[in-house]
Amino acid sequence: MALQLIGQATDDGAAGCTVSGCGGSSAQLSHLSAQIREKVHNHPCYSEDAHHHYARMHVAVAPACNIQCHYCNRKYDCANESRPGVVSELLTPDQAVRKVLAVAAAIPQMSVLGIAGPGDPLANPERTFETFRRLSEKAPDIKLCVSTNGLTLPDHVEALCRLNIDHVTITINCVDADIGAMIYPWVFWNNRRVKGRKGAAILIEQQQRGLAMLSARGVLVKVNSVMIPGVNDQHLEEVSRVVKAKGAFLHNVMPLIAEAEHGTFYGVMGQRGPTHTELQRLQDRCAGDMNMMRHCRQCRADAVGMLGEERGDEFCMEKVEQMEIDYTAAMQQRAEYHAAIEANREAQKHHSGERFVAVSAIKRSQRETRPVLMAVASSGGGVINQHFGHARAFLVYEASPTDVRFIGHRKVDLYCSGGEHCGDAESTLARIIRALDGCEAVLCSRIGYEPWEQLEAAGIQPNGEHAMEPIESAVAAVYDEMVKNGLAEHRTPSERLRIGA
Amino acid sequence: MSYQIIESCVTCHACEPLCPARAIYRADRHFSIDANKCTGCDGDYADPQCVSICPIEGAILDPSGVAANPPGSLTGIAPERLPAAMAEIQAR
Ligand code: SF4
Ligand code: SF4
Ligand code: SF4
Repeated sequence: MALQLIGQATDDGAAGCTVSGCGGSSAQLSHLSAQIREKVHNHPCYSEDAHHHYARMHVAVAPACNIQCHYCNRKYDCANESRPGVVSELLTPDQAVRKVLAVAAAIPQMSVLGIAGPGDPLANPERTFETFRRLSEKAPDIKLCVSTNGLTLPDHVEALCRLNIDHVTITINCVDADIGAMIYPWVFWNNRRVKGRKGAAILIEQQQRGLAMLSARGVLVKVNSVMIPGVNDQHLEEVSRVVKAKGAFLHNVMPLIAEAEHGTFYGVMGQRGPTHTELQRLQDRCAGDMNMMRHCRQCRADAVGMLGEERGDEFCMEKVEQMEIDYTAAMQQRAEYHAAIEANREAQKHHSGERFVAVSAIKRSQRETRPVLMAVASSGGGVINQHFGHARAFLVYEASPTDVRFIGHRKVDLYCSGGEHCGDAESTLARIIRALDGCEAVLCSRIGYEPWEQLEAAGIQPNGEHAMEPIESAVAAVYDEMVKNGLAEHRTPSERLRIGA
Repeated sequence: MSYQIIESCVTCHACEPLCPARAIYRADRHFSIDANKCTGCDGDYADPQCVSICPIEGAILDPSGVAANPPGSLTGIAPERLPAAMAEIQAR
């Protein structure tokens, strides 16, 4: 998989490893050639803006893997976890094709099909390529992408190009074999197990060769890296430079997910993952070098729906077998739906363009104001349209005097599943507040009285005034308001200390 | 001469396609090796293929009934070094 973690894996993870990573902000994409922009503009994983509008799915057809990552437990069969490498149902290519066609008929936002695991798709080449081949015949409008750990990538470049796979994700955690030996205990190479530094060196060389070969053929390559504190955190800036030089189009740095109950080596040994702040700092440092993708949700290897949304249960094989589908009509419907989405995005662009005027006006007033992080509850469409209690993840934006930029996702356990007064809402709310650490406001369509009070007490200002407005202009408006009220002044050192504590 | 897969197999599927004798099959709860077919990869490969790719220590027994991938052989950390390695990792 590129997954990373099979256990952790691909979608939310790794195992599925990598497919899910995604793309850059529209500003970052603006310098790209028209041809590349055309390739990514409706790919929810490669374009930050597209992920509000389009849906993707992964099919779990590739169970085997040819390396071991310390963040993966290779037990992919767990329905209760949502992370890369985890799937609940392994599919044959035949079942996978049926499932994709069923989903693409039911969810017209579908634009991308990825294979990310739960093992490594290229360690299962027959199953992976058979699935792609049949889909490209039956649903030529769906883009195909694949994630891999890269070990056998050079052998498959030809086949990937022949099938018109124009997006490939490689999980590259290091370019130094000594660091590699701390992440990969072994690889299976030329019919033998090769352990330690030697194995890691082979993997690194194959990844870099595969990356260079794909770039030379014009295939878009995204690189996913898992940030592992004390192992590769200091090294990923160099990885970013190297992969950029080799032609990677996007770099997605993801946090390690390691819990003892996942049964991974890192989880069991007590390796920690990065804090939000550590991750964001590293992403900022790498951003100098290339496009960074910050909206990756680390999806499961069988994820279905918009990013951050999980509709897999509606499409288990048992249900898919019952569905009657008119493929041609479904494709026609998708084309119309996508055209409507594009018209909508065009309109929003005009709308949010106004915001830059307002924000730069603040700058002219010569007030020195600091950047502020805000969390947003959105179920898609690029607007603020979610009830605080229904949000499973928040989008985090940074507003500054010059612009509003997307920083990343913060996942939380769902705190309310419908009723206003659920059982342990309180502890869950406390967890949300922890997840929103560093944010000073949360924008949502609505919010209950109790969470409102507690958020306020925690220094996070709830705001329901911008329901149904485009996210970026709403964030800019709230920032504007904070500036007017003197809330975005630079903090005094003593205040900073208190906040850091 | 046959290798054997036991119940600690996590059904990751990695070994099955590699077996030159097609001796590996999906049994009820995990994968199994048909003792009549397994050749130990003799004549095909220097190392038994299933043993060389299996990610789980102890899941495959060699013909004498001993774990082909004993504890510590795949993580690279011998059991007696485990506490020290854990302390080092937790300090990261
Ligand atoms: S061990 Fe294999 S399946 Fe697991 S994360 Fe690594 S590459 Fe993916
Ligand atoms: S030892 Fe070789 S022949 Fe025997 S089951 Fe394993 S792969 Fe097959
Ligand atoms: S490689 Fe090991 S764990 Fe995986 S299916 Fe074979 S015996 Fe089971």
